[in-house]
Amino acid sequence: MAGDETTLTVEGLKTHFFTKAGVVKAVDGVSFEVGKGEIMGLVGESGSGKSVTGFSIIGLVDPPGRVVEGRIIHDGRDLVGLDDEQMRSLRGNRIAMIFQDPMMTLNPVLRIETQMVEAVLAHNTVPAAQAREAARDALGQVGIPSPDERLRAYPHQFSGGMRQRVAIAIALLNRPSLIIADEPTTALDVTIQGQILYEAQKLCRETGASMIWITHDLAVVAGIADRISVMYAGRIVEQGTTADIIDQPAHPYTRGLIGSVPSRNTRGDRLFQIPGMTPSLLNLAPGCAFRERCSVADDTCLAEPEPSHPLPGRVLRCHHPVLEVAQ
Amino acid sequence: MTVFIIRRLLQSVVVVAVMSLLVFVGVNIVGDPVDMLINPEADQAEIERVIRDLGLDRPLHEQYGYFVVNALQGDLGDSFIFGQPALQLIIERMPATFELAIAALLLAVVLGIPLGVLAGLRPDAGWSRTIMAGSILGFSLPSFWVGIMMIMLFAVMLGWLPSTGRGDTVPVLGVEVSFLTRDGLSHLLLPAINLSLFKLSLVIRLARAGTREAIHQDYIKFARAKGLSETRVVLVHLLKNIMIPVVTVLGLEFGGLVAFSVVTESVFAWPGMGKLIIDSLHELDRPVVVAYLMIVVLMFVIINLVVDIVYSILDPRVRLQDTRA
Ligand SMILES: Nc1ncnc2c1ncn2[C@@H]1O[C@H](COP(=O)(O)OP(=O)(O)O)[C@@H](O)[C@H]1O
Ligand code: SF4
Ligand SMILES: [Mg+2]
Repeated sequence: MAGDETTLTVEGLKTHFFTKAGVVKAVDGVSFEVGKGEIMGLVGESGSGKSVTGFSIIGLVDPPGRVVEGRIIHDGRDLVGLDDEQMRSLRGNRIAMIFQDPMMTLNPVLRIETQMVEAVLAHNTVPAAQAREAARDALGQVGIPSPDERLRAYPHQFSGGMRQRVAIAIALLNRPSLIIADEPTTALDVTIQGQILYEAQKLCRETGASMIWITHDLAVVAGIADRISVMYAGRIVEQGTTADIIDQPAHPYTRGLIGSVPSRNTRGDRLFQIPGMTPSLLNLAPGCAFRERCSVADDTCLAEPEPSHPLPGRVLRCHHPVLEVAQ
Repeated sequence: MTVFIIRRLLQSVVVVAVMSLLVFVGVNIVGDPVDMLINPEADQAEIERVIRDLGLDRPLHEQYGYFVVNALQGDLGDSFIFGQPALQLIIERMPATFELAIAALLLAVVLGIPLGVLAGLRPDAGWSRTIMAGSILGFSLPSFWVGIMMIMLFAVMLGWLPSTGRGDTVPVLGVEVSFLTRDGLSHLLLPAINLSLFKLSLVIRLARAGTREAIHQDYIKFARAKGLSETRVVLVHLLKNIMIPVVTVLGLEFGGLVAFSVVTESVFAWPGMGKLIIDSLHELDRPVVVAYLMIVVLMFVIINLVVDIVYSILDPRVRLQDTRA
C-alpha cells in the first residue's frame, strides 16, 4: 500500500434510480478508501454498479438517479451536497474520469486542441497559448508522437489506443489528485491494453495521483491495483490487498471470479463459469444477492450479511466465507 | 476537396441537361397555348401565322434543339403574354421571392434551434410539451389557411400589419429589398412567418431529436467530466453536433421553401416568382413556365452542391473521406 493519507473516503454510499418501474438500487451502501498515490481496483460483473459508483463521486449521476445517502470525502471535504458550481470546479480539476470507449468519449467534430485547451481554461485563468502548451506537453507525456501536429487533428484521425491516450492526457491536464478510470482498456485489443495499463500506472506514480480502476476483468486489475474491492449487485462483497484477494479469496463470488480467469494452472482445463446471471437491481429481494448463484448458500443467507473483518485488512459480506490459511 | 467539387459539378451538368429535356417535353404535353393566345374570332391564316411566329409548327425535337442552343446563350425565349424575355421576367421577381424565403429560413433557424434544444434538454417540462404540440400544428395546418387566418387576425381585426404587397423597398447592390425599410419590414413579417411555419416545426423536431440523442453520448458526459460549464457543453459540444443534420436538411429544404412560396405569395399578394408562375400556368405561357422550372432545377443543383461543401466543413470526418476519394 502506498502512502498513509487518504485521498478519498466513501462511506455508506447509496445511489438509487427512481424509474417508472421502481427503484433501482444501483449502489447500495458502498464504503471504501483510496490512499494517496494508491490504485484501487473496483471489480465486478457488468451491471454491478461500478460505473454508477464512479459517476456518484464526480457528481454526474444521470436522472432519475441520485445519491440518496452516504458521504464522499475527497481531500477532507464531503462532496455530497456540494452545489453544481462547486462540483464543476472539482471535475476535471481535482477529480478526473476516463471512460470505457475511446471512440465515443472525444467529441467527433472538435479538434483535439479545442478539447484539451477548454479543459485547461475551465479551471485556470491563463492565456490560450499557455493552455495550448500544457495540452501539447500532456500529449507528449502519454507517449503521442509529434504532439504539436496531433493537436490540430480530429479524433477520427487517431486509432483507438491513441484516443484513449488522449483521454488520459486530458484527465491529467490539471494534475488531479484522483482519477477514476472506468474500464479504459475494455474496448481495446490485448497488446494495446497492456500498453495503456503500463502507461496509466507509470503516470500515476509520476504525478502522485490516486486512481480507481474500474473493470470486470480481475486479471487486468491484478497487475495494476494495490487493493481490490469486489462489487456485486450494488454492494462491495469483499475488499483487501491485491495479493490477499488473489491468493486467498474468501467470498464465494470472488472465488468464482478468480476461477474464471485463465492461468498457468488451469491451462487445458475448462474454465470455471459462475452459473446464472447478475440479478436485476430493480426491486432486489432482501438477503444475500448472490444467493441464487452460490454453491454454499443456505437459509442463513436469506438474511442480509453484514460487513465483517475476519482477516486483517479485509472486508467481507458473507455468512459462509472460505477462510482457509494460504499454503 | 477540389476533385470532389469538380466531380460534383460534372454530375450537376448531367442533371440539368436531363431535367431540361423532361421539363420541355412535360410542358408540351400539358396543353396548347395557341387556344389561349388567339382571339377566338381569328381566321385560319392568322392562327397559322401566330403558330409560325412562336415556332410551334416545328417538330418537338427541333423546338428543343432551338431551346437548348438559345438557353446556352442565356435566352430562354420570350413570354407569349408579356413579349419580354422570360428569364428577365423571372429574374425581376426573384429578389422578392428570395427575400421572403431567406427571411423564413432565418426565422426557422433562429427560433427553431433554441426551442428544439430546450425541448430536448428538458423533455418532461410543461413548456417542452407546448413547443412540441406547436410544432405538430406547424406541420399539419395547411399553409394557405394559416396565412388567411393571420391576415384576418393581424391585418383585419387588429390592424397591426399590412396584408398584401412588399411595401417600400430600397436598392441594395442594385436589388430591391423590403427588409431595410420600416414599411417593407412590416409587409415582410406576416408572409415570412407564414412561409417559415413548416420549416420551423421541422427545425424544432430535428434539433430536439438531435439533442435527445447527443445528450446521452459519452462525449457529452466526458465534456461534463472535464468540468466545463453547462453553457459550453450545450453551446459548443452539443450544438456543433446537432448542427450537422439541421444544416443539411435546411439547405436541401431551401429549394422547397422557394417552391412553397407559391402558396404564401398568392395569399399575401407578394410580387415574387411564385405569383408569376401561377399566372403563367393559367395562361399557358410556356417560355415563362419552362424558364421558371429550369431556374428551380438549377437552384436545387447549386443548393445540393453548397450543402455538401458546408457539410464537409461542419463534419471533419466527411472531409477526410473526400481527400481520399
Ligand atoms: N440511467 C439509469 N436509469 C436506470 N437505471 C440505471 C441507469 N444507469 C444505471 N442504472 C442501473 O444501475 C445498474 C448498475 O449500472 P452500472 O454502474 O453501469 O454497472 P457496471 O458499470 O458495473 O456495469 C445497472 O444495472 C442499471 O440497472
Ligand atoms: S452470504 Fe450466503 S449466499 Fe451470499 S455469498 Fe455468502 S454463502 Fe453465498
Ligand atoms: Mg460500467
